[in-house]
Amino acid sequence: MSTLTLTRRRGLAAAGWIGPVVRRLGAGLVVLWVAATAAYVALLLVPGDTVDVLIADGVDTPQRRAQIITEWGLDRPIPHQYGDYLLRLLHGDLGRSYVLQRDVAEILSSQIWPTVRLALTAAAFGVVIALVLALTTAGRRSWTTGLAGFSELTAASIPPFLAGLLLLAVFSFTLGWFPVSGDRGFASLVLPALALGLQIAGALGQVLREGLERALEEPFAVTARSRGITEWRLVARHALRHALLPAVTLTGWFVGVLLGGAIVVEAVFGRPGLGQITLGAVTGKDMPVVMAVIMFAAAIYVTVSTLVDLAYLAIDPRLRRSR
Amino acid sequence: MTVSDREPASERSDREPAVAVPPARLAADDEPGLDPVPAVPPAAPRTVPRRYGVRPGQVVALLFLAVIAVAALAPGLLSGADPLAADPLHALAPPSAQHWFGTDHLGRDVLSRVVHGAGYSLGIGAAAILFAAVLGTVLGALAGLSPRYVDEPLSRLFDVLASFPELLLAMLVISVTGPGAGNVILAIGLVQLPNYARVIRGQTFVVRRSGYVEQAVTLGLRRPTLVVRHVLPNILGPLPVLATIGMGTAIIATSGLSFLGMGPQPPDPEWGSMLAEARNYLRVAWWSVLFPGLFVTLTVVSLTAVGRRLQRRFEGRLP
Repeated sequence: MSTLTLTRRRGLAAAGWIGPVVRRLGAGLVVLWVAATAAYVALLLVPGDTVDVLIADGVDTPQRRAQIITEWGLDRPIPHQYGDYLLRLLHGDLGRSYVLQRDVAEILSSQIWPTVRLALTAAAFGVVIALVLALTTAGRRSWTTGLAGFSELTAASIPPFLAGLLLLAVFSFTLGWFPVSGDRGFASLVLPALALGLQIAGALGQVLREGLERALEEPFAVTARSRGITEWRLVARHALRHALLPAVTLTGWFVGVLLGGAIVVEAVFGRPGLGQITLGAVTGKDMPVVMAVIMFAAAIYVTVSTLVDLAYLAIDPRLRRSR
Repeated sequence: MTVSDREPASERSDREPAVAVPPARLAADDEPGLDPVPAVPPAAPRTVPRRYGVRPGQVVALLFLAVIAVAALAPGLLSGADPLAADPLHALAPPSAQHWFGTDHLGRDVLSRVVHGAGYSLGIGAAAILFAAVLGTVLGALAGLSPRYVDEPLSRLFDVLASFPELLLAMLVISVTGPGAGNVILAIGLVQLPNYARVIRGQTFVVRRSGYVEQAVTLGLRRPTLVVRHVLPNILGPLPVLATIGMGTAIIATSGLSFLGMGPQPPDPEWGSMLAEARNYLRVAWWSVLFPGLFVTLTVVSLTAVGRRLQRRFEGRLP
């Protein structure tokens, strides 16, 4: 192969890449901007005076009111206020919770790690359970397949807080294997992560099973069988790759499930984290915190789904063609 | 190997993100019967697929849903006891002949509360789905029929709505409107809206390029007539499937919001809020958690099972 073809190839590849990458990054930014706007509109929609809304249950003094009015520029016209708000967001200033008397960014950053730990552990549990169930039972016509399918359906259908309550009843209250609540080490993480991971296990398991069973009917499966490889190897090495692609599409959905579910599961197990913060903020109408959580969730989602999209571009060259 | 596996990315992306619920998302690719050239019969016709036979699981699911529907519409038929009648002397009594599902911390009959709760859970779910389906159809069809400068912002809006975690978006709505059944309907309806809008938009694209619409245009049909008579009836096909599966998701979301105290307020016997009250007595009265929980889960399982079945039939009938 000559140098010429190599460079030309590289040039073509780059040309094919730049457009879609820029477009996806742009789309991500648009989503973030709309999320920020939606949060702002929500703030304006809350009935009552905006100063009252921002103070919520916080200390209400004339000085504080004056401070809020200058901070949010509430004496200026709405488009101006909105511009200020976007500018402050760009600088990473998420506002201030007048209920908790702290900056929102500070509150979020102090509470984020328990939630991230919970979400990642739950994701790991979910993926492992789904893989084991799908790999061991897919493509076998027997009662185990039906049973596994039903378990997946149930796992995907049970609300995470209910799974949490049932796990608590069995493993904490009856068997006493795990602590009931709080955040003390790995033992206290197992049950919440399992409660949260079940939904992922169920949904992912269904997708994997369908993908595996479809892949096992493809011609390449016959070819591989004719070469004499074992059924297990066929499933694990060949069919799994085909089944993984549709599963990867669901990544964004999983992030949403994990974030949303974490809030409820944290409430069930009395764990610190974003859930506690969000719940307090929604019931106490602490709008700066609610807005920040929404922005944060949107940012995570956008990051993950952009990464997934880019991964797709890397995997499947056909997607690089512009629409 | 189905044809849809090889279809160009541009068409796929219209359909792929159509539904946030994973079982439905599979729909596009999981049926072997998607041959685009129906005129040529397959060389070796497959044996009649098993999926058209009666499956016991489906029958059980439908029966269960029928019972739940009766409970929702006429709870008095299934349970004579008053769901709100407190009887502190018999609080937290285990299941017995008199109270099949036991009693809760105020001595209320759990069976009766579960039965009466069906109306709340199903009612909220159905109303939310109706809201999402109607508004989603209107917006989706609008996007699909409009020129690019209308379609593009609308589609972006659907993308953004779909990109929030369901529960968080619902909570944002509730933080504005306050708790209550009506607000939960609004919140969950908004959350589900993009599912419908995106699918309908995709359907509209297909229909508007079809031969009969082009011929109707050639015949000089007025645009409103064209849309109402020819486009609309032909884009609604996927709605029953989406609505059935979406109903399951809506019931999960409703119970979650109620559990967090954002739905119908006590003493209303909504399943999620029953669970919220019962969790404090989990250690002593498992039945007050187990039975409402069982009904939420079984309802969602049945809805999903029936929905996926409908989906297969629907996909199988596609030309």
